[in-house]
Parts: sequence; C-alpha cells; structure tokens
Amino acid sequence: MARQTPSLTKWMGIEKEKKMRYAEAGFNLEIDLTRGNIEREATDPKWTEFYLGGQGTAGKILWDRVRPEVEPFSPDNLLIFSAGLLNGTPVIGANRTSVDTFSPQTGRYSHSLFGGFFGPELKHAGYDKIIFRGKARDLMYLYIHNDTVELRDAGHLKGKGALETAHLLKQELKLPEAQVAAIGLAGENRVYMATIEHANSSASRGVGVIMGDKRIKAIVVRGTKNIHIARPKALFELIGPMYKQIHDRKDCGDPMSHEDDEAFHVDNFAWGNARKRIKGYWNKEKEIRWKALSDQVRNRWTGCYNCPKDCHQSVSYPGRPTYFQKCYSKLTYAMAAFEELDFNYDILGVTQQYGLDGFSTPQVLAFAVELYEAGILTDADLPGFPKTARERFFYLVEKIVRREGIGDALANGVYHAARQIGKGAEAFDHNSMKKFEQVPLKLGMVNFPYFLMYATGEKMNITQIEGSYPQVAIPDKEERRKFVDNWEAAPERFKKWYMEWEPQTHPSIEACVNICDWNEVMHYIDDSIGTCAWLSSFRGQFGGRPPYHIFNLPTFISLAAGIDLDPDSLWKKAARNRNLIRAINIRKGLRRADEKPPEDHWKKRDPEMEKKMLDAYYEFKGWNNEGIPTKNKLDELGLGFVSEDFLKRGILTENEMLPLAKEDAE
Amino acid sequence: MEEKIKTKIVKQIRVDIDKCTGCRACELACSAFHARPRYGSANPAGSRIRVMIDELKDVYVPVRAGFYTPAECTGRYTYTIGSKEYRECGFCRVACPSRGYFKDPSSHLSLRCDMCESDTPLETPWCVTVCGSGALIYEERETTMTENEANPEEINIGLESLADQYGMQAILDTVARMSKTYPKNISGYQISERKNDQK
Repeated sequence: MARQTPSLTKWMGIEKEKKMRYAEAGFNLEIDLTRGNIEREATDPKWTEFYLGGQGTAGKILWDRVRPEVEPFSPDNLLIFSAGLLNGTPVIGANRTSVDTFSPQTGRYSHSLFGGFFGPELKHAGYDKIIFRGKARDLMYLYIHNDTVELRDAGHLKGKGALETAHLLKQELKLPEAQVAAIGLAGENRVYMATIEHANSSASRGVGVIMGDKRIKAIVVRGTKNIHIARPKALFELIGPMYKQIHDRKDCGDPMSHEDDEAFHVDNFAWGNARKRIKGYWNKEKEIRWKALSDQVRNRWTGCYNCPKDCHQSVSYPGRPTYFQKCYSKLTYAMAAFEELDFNYDILGVTQQYGLDGFSTPQVLAFAVELYEAGILTDADLPGFPKTARERFFYLVEKIVRREGIGDALANGVYHAARQIGKGAEAFDHNSMKKFEQVPLKLGMVNFPYFLMYATGEKMNITQIEGSYPQVAIPDKEERRKFVDNWEAAPERFKKWYMEWEPQTHPSIEACVNICDWNEVMHYIDDSIGTCAWLSSFRGQFGGRPPYHIFNLPTFISLAAGIDLDPDSLWKKAARNRNLIRAINIRKGLRRADEKPPEDHWKKRDPEMEKKMLDAYYEFKGWNNEGIPTKNKLDELGLGFVSEDFLKRGILTENEMLPLAKEDAE
Repeated sequence: MEEKIKTKIVKQIRVDIDKCTGCRACELACSAFHARPRYGSANPAGSRIRVMIDELKDVYVPVRAGFYTPAECTGRYTYTIGSKEYRECGFCRVACPSRGYFKDPSSHLSLRCDMCESDTPLETPWCVTVCGSGALIYEERETTMTENEANPEEINIGLESLADQYGMQAILDTVARMSKTYPKNISGYQISERKNDQK
C-alpha cells in the first residue's frame, strides 16, 4: 500500500479554504479606502449556516465591527455590498444585492436592496461581499475583474450622471459586459436621499450618501468564474417549468407596473407633502391619455438577472437621457407636485441621473413648497423661486443636489430640514418616523397589523416589511374559503385567522402580532438569500400565491447551497437575523418611545389598544417592555454575544435575564 | 457534375429583439446545460448565447455563437435600424480574437451553439425554454437544398495523386481510422467537448 502523504494544503492549514462551497464564493473583499489597501478574505462557512448571507451576514459584520459610538460619517463606519446567498445560482429571481451601513439621517442601521445584475456578477468574480472602511481622499472607483481588484481615480467622472458613469466606465475599460453601481451628483454631495444606481435598479434609504461620503463614485465588476451548485440536476429539474409559470402568472411580479389604471395609487395615496387624498381623481379620460404617453416614452420593459418578469420600464422622455423606472415612482413626483404623469416622466429623467430616491425626494420637495406657501421659507431663501409647481420642483432639485442655499438643509431630509429651518417648520414634518419619510398614506381607521409593522420595523419603509398576509378581507365567505384552500404559502394558523376576518373588523391581538411576525420574517429571508420580494415576501398580500414561500424556500436553498433546512429552521434563521438587526439599533439607542407611526397616518387612533398591541408584540418576540430582546431570547437564537454585550453596557440588567413577568412589563 | 435536390429539416432560433427584456436567463441556462458534469455550474461567461446590451441606446440583442475565426475582421460599422444604432460587434456571432465572447472562460477554447443537441439532446434548446418574454422562438423549418452528386472520376484523380505521394497503404489506413470517428470529430468544437467528457 502506498504511503499516505498529507497534502500541502493540509500542512499549511488552509484546508478549509479548499473545501467546496456551494452557491457562495467564500471570499469577501476588504477595502480600506484611507490606506488604499485591498484584501481578499476567506469567510467562515459557519456564518452562512447561521445567518445565510446578504443582509444576515452583513448585520453580523456591522455588529462586530462598528461600535455604537461611531458616527455615520466617520471613517469607521462600514459600507457593505452583499450578494444574496442564492445570487448567481439558477434560482429564478435571486439577483438582489443588499447594501448595509449606518445612516446619517436616522443615526441608525440603514439597509437597501437593489436588483439587476450586480450581485451575480460579483459572485462570478469570486466574492460574496465588498466591505468598505475608511474614506478615500479623492473621488475613486473600484475596479474588479476576477482576481484584479484596484482602486482607481474617478476625477473624470465627477458630477456625471449615475447611468452615464456606468456607460463611460464600460466604454473606457472596454468591458461592455461589466456591471456597474454608481452614485450621481446627489451622492457625491452627501444628499441624504441619494441612491446607488445600477442598470435598471437602485438602492435608497440612506446608503448612497455613505458611498458619497467615502468618495466612491462607482464599483465596476466583471466576473467569469464558476459558481458551484450543491444538487444542480435536481435544481434545474425544479426550475425548468417555473420560468413559464412565473412569466404567465399575474399574482407575482410588480402588479402595478404594467397597469394603466392608476386608481389604486392616485385615489388612495395622499398628494403634496402627504396632505391630500383626492378621491375620484381617476377617470377613463386620464387613463387613455396617460397610457398613450407611457406607450410613447417607453422603450421597453426590462427584467433583472434570471427572472422572467419585466417590472422595470426603460424610458426615453424627450430631451432627457434614457432611464429606468419601476413601481409607484411613476407617480410620486407628479402627486407631490399636484401635476400630471408627463411631469413625473420628465423630472425622473433628471433625478435618476442625479441619483435621488423617488420615494423620499418628492416629499422633501413638496415640504419645501409648503413652507414657502406658509411664509416660513421666503424669497430670500429661494431667490427667483418660480411660480408653477413644475418649475419649482426642478428648481429645488438643483438646489438640493448641489446643497446650495436652502438646498443644504433640504438635502438632509424632512426631519432634519424642519429643525434646521425652524420658525415652525417642524409642524410640517408630519409624515416621518424614526426621522425617515414614510409613504404618503393617510387613512381612516387604525389597522393594527400595520400599526405594528410601522412601529417596530427596522427597514424604514413599509414596503420592506409588509407583504405576506392579505391587506383586505374577502367579504364573501365562500370566496374566502376558496382562497384559503389554495393558500399554500400560509402556515395553518393564518388560514384560521383569515377565515375569521370579516371586512371592517380588527383581527385579534394574537393574530395581529403573528401577521406582523410572518410578514417581516419573509423579508428577512429574501434579504439574506437575495430573492426578489416581488416573487416572495411582498407579493402574497395581493392574491396569496407568491412563487416562493416558507414551505418551498428550504428546498431551493438546500438544492443550491447545500444547507439542509425545513420551514421551522429557516424561520428561526430569519428570526435570528431580525433580532440581530434589532440589536444593532438598540445599541444605537432605539427604544419603545421611537416606535410611533406618524400621528396622522390614521384619522381614528386607539391609543389604548395600540399599547396593548405593542406590549403583546414585544412579549411574543421575547423582548422586554422597551423593545429590547431579552437574554433568554438572544441566547435561544444563538446570539449570546449580543446579550453579553447588552449586559456589559447595562442595556439589559441581570434581572432581565428571565423573560419579563407581566407586572414587570407595566 | 450532377445536382440533386434534397429536403432537410433545419433547426433554428428566431429572435424578436423587441421582446427581449435583457434578463439573461438564456445565458445562465445555456452555460449550465453545457457544463461538465451537466448543470454542474452556471456561468454566463461560458454561454453560447449572449445578450448584447446597451442600456442607454435601448439595444438588447441575443446572439448565438457561430463559427470560430482566428483573425479579427476589418469592418466595425455602426448600423442604424429603426432609429437605433447597433455596433456590428453587437450582433456578430463569431468567436474571434478581438473579444471575449463565445470562449470558454477557463480553457479559452471557442464555443459554438449546438442547439442543445449534444449527448441526450433536448427537444427545445434550453435558452428558448427559459425565455419567458418570447424573444427566442424555436423553429424547425423544412428546406430544400441542392447537393453535389459524387463524381467517381474526380475522386479517382484525387486519390491517385495522394497514393503517388504517400503510398496506397497509408491511404487505406487513414480511411479505416477516419471511418471509426467520422463525422463526430470534424469540427474543433466537438473535439474540445470530448476532452471535457474524459474528466
């Protein structure tokens, strides 16, 4: 028998690196911008099993490496781009990249996702994450082409539009197939509403401003390496027929993007600075006219990587460069300005290049117009302020992206601008929560599951929290029964609650708490594995039949990544990520007092019941009366390092080691 | 020389570029089908179909890999079709030295679309199956073609000259050897695939 010789790799102790990793690359890029140092670091497969990937592992890195004292604009803040665990695998629609950092607007955890092609390309280049620390002196871009990773000067791209930057870089590098994520002028000037733009997608909610602060104009990535799949044959057999099913099914993808009937948004959402609901605004004449315009300016519908849905339209409006638009941003500027659709298409041609978020920016603009009309802002603040709403919006956008004059305050978002301007401007900040602009919804009767989602969500926008449980009850009992019988996405308990739910009534406290829990859990799964919410966590609320749900996702994850899961263990991982992100914000000072949806979100509130709801939700979550996860809960989820830190900092005390008894909670 | 008219089924993939959404599912599926072992990895860089995309010009053109050419071409024109500009490279099917398309990313061997007909062929090529938008359309078309009838005298002349040069035994040996593998290994692409099979 031949003598066995230990392999060289074993000798050198790098056997772990050599072990086959499925679905993930197994390496992160560590970019120290201050020193210009770049390192490729092997990651621990145990982290993947524990947090999956994407937002989950990014959360762990933020917890470990960013102390709570670190200010968002400090060089010690991190900016992390994470490919979802299933990015680049054949799993349909798993293309979302998570961006995680700390936001100067909220002072807390900031997170956004973008679709397109970036995450899969990063994986093919051989990396799961890009972790930026420090700050570059001058504007740079990061170039990644497989093993070649370089920081390069981006002086020539200063002030360029976001998509224009991508185009110029691909041309200059002769890499037409590279994927680029870039900021526009808004990000360069640290505007809080700045986005990161990539192909047909963008990331918002406080991540573009940090990219600008770190002086990163763009990331270019080209990857040609293989991604290995655990059980490829079985996976392909499973997904083969799904392309056509997903394409044909009306109950997945963006339900609104292809519709020309805009009644849902224009009649239900509030116009101006989240002020006025115009019921009956919509009519057939508008529908015909608006549809004709959309058809005229649309080049085509486009999709994201490996997804048969086409939720993004490529638009060329006369006189504007081509841009991409999705979802309700088709209307946000028009409604904020009390204008029509043509105005929205026109201004998006400007704001997309500047890299401005289509949800919060319109509210900031409408807020400024309101202040002017109320005499709080004057002609001295807004020299030469035009007369029409249309021109005023364009005027304000230019001031904001350059932080010129009053634009400097407005660039900090409604909450901070109101306080910087003063003179009663605070009263006009009526639609922000945790210092962040919320969707402009002003409704009648308080809705308790929604109350809980708004109050306790860490993701700043309700669209990132809601989505699995239907928004409305079905009046006809027979229809309801039929719906429930076909509702394969729902765990049994929700079927019972849905059957019991009559229109215009409130679900029980127990049901509300569970609905909130289910909705957020599904998002935490998507955001770690990179599947699109339109096929999954956001989609069940309309129609109840998302292609991905808690019962089939374990199969996809296990076939692609080789991690064996069942619905319960997947739910637990999502709960772990949810608690870890919660803990990051708790350590940053988040407490019960912050968990208040905007006062006027509902006309009819029920403070007593709201309190009961919040108490019940905290208890259900294993959190104490301040919304802090208890030691028991944290330890049960394997987050002992969090409870230890909380005890050390006095955030939890020894008495709270046991779940709070009812009387303690009062 | 006589000409004979024959009918033949031609398989093709028609492209409706107005329907392409640029999702590149075709690239992923193609690369996985041709991976060894089959589906063992998915890597669009090794796909035999590529969507040539220029977002700002609204150009989305799926192109299937054609033949290999060792030399670059001289024509790099820009065509304007329906008020849109297309670069010539953007719809050329050739694997050529001046660009990275249609080459295996690790071996750099050139790749060519085989309509998913390699071992255990598929009824419909994978790229068409996964194309939800209907931009790729699989078609079987009966076509008539003229074929040259072999002229024994011409073959005689050719073989005689070879026999003069190498001797009759060498010709017989060569024919015997070729008949075992013919027609499988006549193109460079199929040879490369064979090599991979042995791994």
